[in-house]
This record gives sequence, structure tokens and C-alpha cells, in this order.
Amino acid sequence: MTDIVRMTATQLVEEMAQGNLTSAEITRAHLDRIAEVDQDIHAYLHVDREGALATAAEADAARNTGADLPPLAGVPVAVKDVMTMRGVPTTAGSRILEGWLPPYDATVVASLRRNLMPILGKTNMDEFAMGSSTEYSAYGPTRNPWDTSRIPGGSGGGSAAALAAFEAPLAIGTDTGGSIRQPAAVTGTVGVKPTYGAVSRYGLIALASSLDQAGPCARSVRDAAMLHQAIAGHDPRDSTSLAAPVPDLVAAVREGDVRGMRIGLVTELGGEGYQPGVEQRFREAVDLLADRGAEIVEVSCPNFRYALGAYYLILPSEASSNLAKFDGMRYGLRVDDSDAGVEQVMAQTRAAGFGDEVKRRIMLGTYALSAGYYDAYYGQAQKVRTLVQRDFAAAFADCHVLISPTCPTTAFPLGEKVDDPLAMYLNDIATIPVNLAGNAALSLPVGLAPEDGLPVGLQIMAPHHEDARLYGVAAVLEGALEDTWGQPLIEKVGG
Amino acid sequence: MSTLVDYDDALSRYEPVIGLEVHVELGTASKMFCGCPTTFGGQPNTQVCPVCLGLPGSLPVVNRAAIESTIRMGLALNCDIASWCRFARKNYFYPDMPKDYQISQYDEPLCTDGYLDVSVPTPDGEVQVVRVGIERVHMEEDTGKLTHTGGATGRIHGADYSLVDYNRAGIPLVEIVTKPVTGTGALAPMVARAYVTALRDIMRSLGVSDVRMEEGSLRCDANLSLAPPGEPWGTRTETKNVNSLRSVERSVTFEIRRQAAVLDGGGTITQETRHFHEDDGSTTPGRSKEEAEDYRYFPEPDLLPVAPDPVWVDELRGTLPELPAVRRARLQQEWGISDFDMDSVINAGALGLVETTIAAGADQAAARKWWLGELARTAKERGVDLADLGVTPVQVARVAELVAAGTLNDKLARQVLEGVAAGEGEPDAVIAARGLVLVSDDDALLAALDEAIAANQDAVAKIQEGKVQAAGAIIGAVMKATRGQADAARVRELLLERLGA
Amino acid sequence: MSAITRAEVVHLARLARLDLPDDALTHYAEQLDAILDAVAMVSEVAADDVPATSHPVPLTNVFRDDTNQPCLARAEVLAQAPAAEDGRFRVPRILDDEEPA
Ligand SMILES: [Mg+2]
Ligand SMILES: [Zn+2]
Repeated sequence: MTDIVRMTATQLVEEMAQGNLTSAEITRAHLDRIAEVDQDIHAYLHVDREGALATAAEADAARNTGADLPPLAGVPVAVKDVMTMRGVPTTAGSRILEGWLPPYDATVVASLRRNLMPILGKTNMDEFAMGSSTEYSAYGPTRNPWDTSRIPGGSGGGSAAALAAFEAPLAIGTDTGGSIRQPAAVTGTVGVKPTYGAVSRYGLIALASSLDQAGPCARSVRDAAMLHQAIAGHDPRDSTSLAAPVPDLVAAVREGDVRGMRIGLVTELGGEGYQPGVEQRFREAVDLLADRGAEIVEVSCPNFRYALGAYYLILPSEASSNLAKFDGMRYGLRVDDSDAGVEQVMAQTRAAGFGDEVKRRIMLGTYALSAGYYDAYYGQAQKVRTLVQRDFAAAFADCHVLISPTCPTTAFPLGEKVDDPLAMYLNDIATIPVNLAGNAALSLPVGLAPEDGLPVGLQIMAPHHEDARLYGVAAVLEGALEDTWGQPLIEKVGG
Repeated sequence: MSTLVDYDDALSRYEPVIGLEVHVELGTASKMFCGCPTTFGGQPNTQVCPVCLGLPGSLPVVNRAAIESTIRMGLALNCDIASWCRFARKNYFYPDMPKDYQISQYDEPLCTDGYLDVSVPTPDGEVQVVRVGIERVHMEEDTGKLTHTGGATGRIHGADYSLVDYNRAGIPLVEIVTKPVTGTGALAPMVARAYVTALRDIMRSLGVSDVRMEEGSLRCDANLSLAPPGEPWGTRTETKNVNSLRSVERSVTFEIRRQAAVLDGGGTITQETRHFHEDDGSTTPGRSKEEAEDYRYFPEPDLLPVAPDPVWVDELRGTLPELPAVRRARLQQEWGISDFDMDSVINAGALGLVETTIAAGADQAAARKWWLGELARTAKERGVDLADLGVTPVQVARVAELVAAGTLNDKLARQVLEGVAAGEGEPDAVIAARGLVLVSDDDALLAALDEAIAANQDAVAKIQEGKVQAAGAIIGAVMKATRGQADAARVRELLLERLGA
Repeated sequence: MSAITRAEVVHLARLARLDLPDDALTHYAEQLDAILDAVAMVSEVAADDVPATSHPVPLTNVFRDDTNQPCLARAEVLAQAPAAEDGRFRVPRILDDEEPA
């Protein structure tokens, strides 16, 4: 039998169903693995050993009664530290929330509990999900299991690295401008940003409310589909939650077929600024899709060139407001020199509790929303958003899905861009348009770049509510790639 | 202390422009964006949840009943109801504001462009109807409540620290903003008061709020500017948190006198917010607008647009009760009384009481007389509203019936009502217990009358000379002798018979 | 778009309640300038006739019924507060004298 921690969720489900493994054994194996490797990787900010084992015992007991169990019952999962978990430290990667114990569960966390999935712990992230490398975590960076001198992507680097280091079979991420997909791409894992509203945002500590979306992270397309299915669905506590029933995503994986499908290559998401090895692996994957019967067409989305600019106005604007509540009055850090008035205490607390990137974006957002600048910046960015949506609508009128490289480069070395915000922002150039428009996208690994031996991700984009299409196409491509390589790419991690 | 100009003087040189912003807490069961109860007076921080505490990750969901109440308010104020509008975030830091932004509406209010006609009594006893334009009616959420601790006064200045109770945070508010009200001259303070009164009555009749001003569920900001007649409007001040009807009137009066003094002295008015002081009716400056916050409004991304379907709006229109102004006109006509008399009823807060008393069988004049006379006086003495006096319209109708039947005279009736108001029971029980029966038995009356005649020979002589009005002295003596329980009409008849006049 | 001034940065820091030392203010003035330069291309888009999109999905009228839900236990809420007293959150004295409405 394969090492437990190297199994996919699909395999773990099968082993439990066969009676070969218990959830307690699986959960303990992962906790042991975390104890063994996490000092090098630092994927976790908090490990909830007792909580995870308690849920595992509950899942095992339920299985013993012969009860009908949710599909993923007993499979452990890691949760990005941006989701509240009752009584479990939740920091969003920030000092300002150090020691905070939320009094309530995020809806996604509640779903995981309802599915009897042991929650191993909270994963590292860029502070308040601002970043593309997890270097902006107040608690130190996460390292990429493929090469620990490199970044694991961000903001959800902890979740992606936990998967690539076999510290969890499944993880929850959140994606505001690519924070699920970009880490997936640079760690050789699968990450999905569902259609905006498909997964509840209740309990997701907001970065930019109109862009944030939680989604699944996994080591296979099928695993991602199962987790997606488990967490999606209408939540009356989130006004922006979609009422439509969740499509059968696992069936979409099983029945995936690209014959007769038109797949659009987005001209604007490639070329200049994209690493040659990334482009090469991307082209090879496109050829594989063509081999399997897809019709490949070039499509232009001319307004995508404005997307990055619009994003870096909308995001900081919403963030500057969302992060106002961290003022030291009701929870978290308070810096109080006894003589200060409330305004000064708030300002001192926020100056001490927020990192550099967070302060930068708060300042930028405050500026963009200020009287006199609103129309030129925020207002204009919201118009660009409309134009990006129109580009998508036109492209989807012609194509079933769109594809591009997930990010321009493979994982870069730690420290390389940490002091260069603009260079950091460019990582998200291909992932951002989807967030602006609210539609769904998935990243899956398509090989290692020849020049550095690091994973390359391919992004598939689908219209609103058509998340199932992502899984159908991704499953076909994943199968074709594994046929070529003889094994999943993730097997190559660590040499 | 500000220098003040005599009120009439001020109005002889300047035209006031007033504007009113009223915030009213809606009487929904749950808060604007969460399921916490809105009941007043709970233990601090027991009516809170992740949403109204603004905990990280929590999200608001709009209370349908609050939207409906706001639309009904808008309809009652003759407003247009937006076919599409959004919530906005108003960003500012303050410790009573859990999220450090308030969910409100900004450039897309739910209701716009309405009016309210208010009746204002003039000094010469007339009633003037003033149309107050309504700029907008919109929804927002209330803040928590601060208590200032330490220092000498319990006020914000000099306090050592403050304590916050978030029970009130998130209670739905409707904000009603008038257009500038011009041309009211010396009536401006009365118009302001009458407007807020009318608004309160509409709220109550719609059932959208019980408007308990003493609990802070209606809060008013009063704007005022002055300018010489015919000139462009002057710079305005905004007096915050004027929280009783009387204070509305007083604060406007004060600002007129203060601003006139500044302008008379060649000074300029600073655009600023001012605080009203209940104790002496004055206002003092707050922060000037120049340093005011930049609220950085933007559309609330956590909430979706509100797009009231015309069918829904029509349904809500169908639920509107008869509005106070319409009801007033109808009742005035039914009762056949003057504007002045009707105003007296309304100003006494007695409209519903009088109406119900009439419905219980009383004559309209009698119903008005008792509520506006004896009962109003008692209510005033006790400092309570008429409605809270503990006397019911049915009881008043019974007293009126006994007076009409001649069983009670006015004096006795007053004593009966006094007893009822004192909690001595139903009118008949009070009469029995106090022995308040009118003496109309001729033998008893004649005995008293003869004594009175004997003691008032001057009056007898005058009556016999034809000066019948002199009978009052003798009747008065009889009343006195019978401790007011004699039937005065019968005494008069007997007297005239006795004297053969 | 014009370069952001240091005075503007000071104002922004106050609006955002960030107590920043002098050197940080200079640093942010430079960085904000660079970022604003980079994003300024959005203003090149001729979009006078284009409506703004505030929400990525075109839903409207999402409401909840006016019913009560359980509240949090006060002890659990106040246990997280930096300071509490008498069932309330304790906050530093308020020097500013106006309560915005
Ligand atoms: Mg307001
Ligand atoms: Zn609540």
C-alpha cells in the first residue's frame, strides 16, 4: 500500500470504504507528517490536533454504525487561516489578530464539519491575503516543497504547500486575484476559483468583498471536484451567495470530454513577460487538448490589459474599508500608551499590527475612494470591470472555455520581489480578469519548466455557473498528461 | 455664552432657512442586517452576534421588513420610490461603530422627492399650513451606545475612558431629510416642531416605529441659516441630536437669535455642527466642516442592489392606513369644528382619545371638553402624555353620559375624573365611594335656598327689580352650602319661583 | 494624474488611522506614486457610456425575514476584548468631540 499521506482524497475514501484504513489512522498520519516536515515548509500557522482527531473518531464511529456518510467523511483537510473557526486561533496572517479566538464558524468550516472532515489546522498566508508569495505573512514565509528556497505562491501558499508536502490531502483556499490558482500553479497542485457566489463568504475575513471567493485546493482534479461539491451551495447568511443548485462536479470529471469543444487561447494572456518554459509547457498542453478532439481558437480580450490596473484600485479600495474594523477596540491587538485618546490608540494599534503591504494598500484604497479622486480611480476601475465582463461575454459566445498560463513564471526565489510591490503584482496578471468578472477558473499542473525544473500551471476559465466545464476539460487534460508522464506530476516533488 | 438678538428683532432683518434631518429607529423584531432582537433596555452586549459586532468574516443580510417600512414611510411622505438603488458604506472610525463604517445609502436613496403638509398655529390664533419638501428617505444602521466614565461630569469631555454597549448597533434607522424650508419667517421654530411632530404621528400611524423619544428612538438634526430678505441663503449650521419636540423649537429659536447677533456685528457664520444643551436651550460649536471626515462612500459590496418591483410597491401602498392629515380633515368635518379647535385637540395629543370617546357615545363637544380640560391639566401636572394618564375613552364617555343625564354637574364630573385618574376605579365606583351624587331633591334644595335668601336680601331686592343676573350670588350660596352637589339648574328654577320673578 | 504629495499622504494616514513615522510617510508617498502611475492606464479607457460594475453577479433584492436568531454569549464576546468592564467594551477616552451621524 502507498504511504497514507501520498494518497489522493479519492484513494483515501476508497481505502476507508474497503475497511483498510480508518479516519483516525489517516488523520494521525497527516499530523505525524506535519510534525516531521512543517518546520521546513511552515505551511501551518496552527495545528488543531485534538479537534482533528475528535472529528476523525466521529467519522469512524459513524462509519461503524453503517450510516450513510458524506463522500469525503473522514478525509482530513487544511483550512486557510482567513476562515473563522470557533475557538481556534484565526489570524489571517496578521499580528493584529494574534490570539483571536473567533466565537463562530465560517460557513465553509461548518460544511467541512458537517461532512465529518477532520480539520488539521490553519494554513499560512500573506497577511489579509495581500500578496503572491506568502512572504507577507506576519508569522514568516511558507517554503515551496519543490525547492525550499522558493516561494509557494500566495496568498494561499500555506494551503498549496501543505498539499505539495503531503501535509494534507485537501485544503481550502481563497482567491481574490489568483490566491488559489497561482499557488496551485507554482506548487504543481490543482486549485479552483468557483463562480463568485458559489461558495459562501460568511466567515471569510474579507479582503475585497466583490472579488473574494473560497475554493478547493487538491492534488488531483477529481479531489478538487469532491471538495468543491462539499463546500458549495446557497448560504442565506451571504447575500451574494448563489441560489442555484450545485452542479454534479464529480460527474463532470468522470464524463469529461473535449471532443467538439471550442477552447479559446486568450491572446492577451501570454507572450511578453511570460517565461519561455511556461509558454512551452502551456503549448504542449494545448496540443494535447487538440489531440483529444478540442478545437483550439485564438480569442482577443482587449480590455484585459486594463484589468491589473482596475484590480489594484478596486481591491485596495474595498480592503481599506474592510480592514477598518481592526482598530483595537473589540478584539485582537491594542497598543495603548495610557495617555492616548481613542484616535491615537487606533492609529498606533493599526500601525503596529499591520505589515507594510497591508498599510500600503490601505493608503492606496483610502486615496482612491477620497472625494475628488473617486471618479478618476474607483469609478473608472468599475467601468473597466464592465469592459472586462464584456470581453468575457464575447469570448464565451464563441468558446466553451478559455485557457492561458496561470502565471507568467514559475516559483521565484524567496526575497526576490518582496520589496518591489509592482513586480509582485504582475504575478496575478493572468488570474485577475476572472475575479473582476466573477466567473470560474481552475489551475492544474502541466509539467515542469525545462529551465528550472519547477511546476507550470495552466488556467481554464468558464462562464458564470459553468464550473462543471472546468472539471470536464481539466480531467481530460490531466489524464492525457499522466498518460504522457506515466504518473501524476506531484510524484516528482522532492526529487 | 453667545450674544443673542431679540427674536422679533432678528426676524425683522433676516429670513431663516431651516432643514431637518430626522433619524428614527424602526420597530422591527430583528436588526437591519442580522437576527438580533431590537428590544430596548437589555443587559449590555447581550443582543449581539458576529454581524452586528462587525466580527471579521461576518456579512450583512437585509431585513425585508425594514425595507418595507422605509418604502411605506416614503409613500406616506409622497415620495418617489427608486426602481433600483444600492447601499453604500460611509467610512469613519468611531468606537461605537463596530465595523468602522456605517452601512447607509448615499447617492441612491430608496425614496426621494416628497412632501409633508404641516399645520402651524400662528400667534394671531390662525393656523397656517406649510408644505415641507422631503429630499430623501433612506435606510441605515444605528451605532452602539457609549457611556463616558470618570472625570467630573460623565460627559465626553474630561472622561477617563468610555464603555461601549453594542445592543443598539445595527438597529434599522430611517433617515428623513427635508429640502430647505423657506418663507416661514417668525414661524420657523414652530414649523420645525410641527414637522417633527407630524413625522412622529405618521410613524406611529404606519406602525413602523413607536417613536419613543425618551428612549432616543427619534433623533433630529436641525439646520439653520439666515439672510437678509431677497439675498442668497446664508451659511448654515447643523445642530445635532435635538431629541425632543420642545428642543427642536428651542434650538431653532436660539440659532436664529445667535446668528442674527453674529451677522449684526458684521461677522460671518461658520459652517459647523453645533451641540444643543437641554438645560439652557443654547447651542455650542462642535467641529467645523473644514476638518470634517472624508467619508469615502462607495457601493456596499456585501449587499446587492434593492430593486422594488412596482407590484410590490403597490401592495405596500395598499397597506397604508389613513394618514394623519387625511384623518384630521375627515374628523374635523365630521365634528364640525374650527381649525383652531382641531389644532387644540391635536396639540394636546388627544385626537385618537377624543375620536374613541365619541365612538363610545359621547357628544363631540363633551369629549373635547373633558380631554382638553380636566384631563389635560392632570396629565400636565404629572408630566405624562394624555394617553398614559390611566383614563380610558370609555370612562370619559360614561362621565359625559352622566352629565348629559343630569346626574352629575361639571364640578362633580371633574371630581369623578380625578378619582378615575387616581386609580379609584370606574366612574360609577368613584361616585359611589365619594358620594358624588347631585342633589336635585326639592325639599333638600328649598331648605338651603331659604337660608340663602334670608342671608342675601340685597340680591333678592335686585332680582325683584328685574336684575336676574343677581341670582348667581344666591345660587352660589346654595352650591356652597351643599358642597357643590346641588343641581344648579333646579336651584335657579326654585329661586325664581320663590321670588315670583 | 498628478503626483501624490507628502501632505496628502499625511492626510491619508490620518483618515486611515495609521500612525506612521516620518520616514515611512516619505516611503509611502514614493510607492503610492509609482503604483498610481502603473494603474493610471485605467483612466485612458474611454468609458463615458459604460456603466460601472459594483457587483460581479447581477442579483437584486436578497432579503431575510424579520425573525430573531440566537445571539452570542456575552462572556465569549468580551473574553476577546482588549479591555472590558461592567459588561461593556472599555475603550480609551474620546478626545474628538463630534459623533458623526
Ligand atoms: Mg445618516
Ligand atoms: Zn446581531
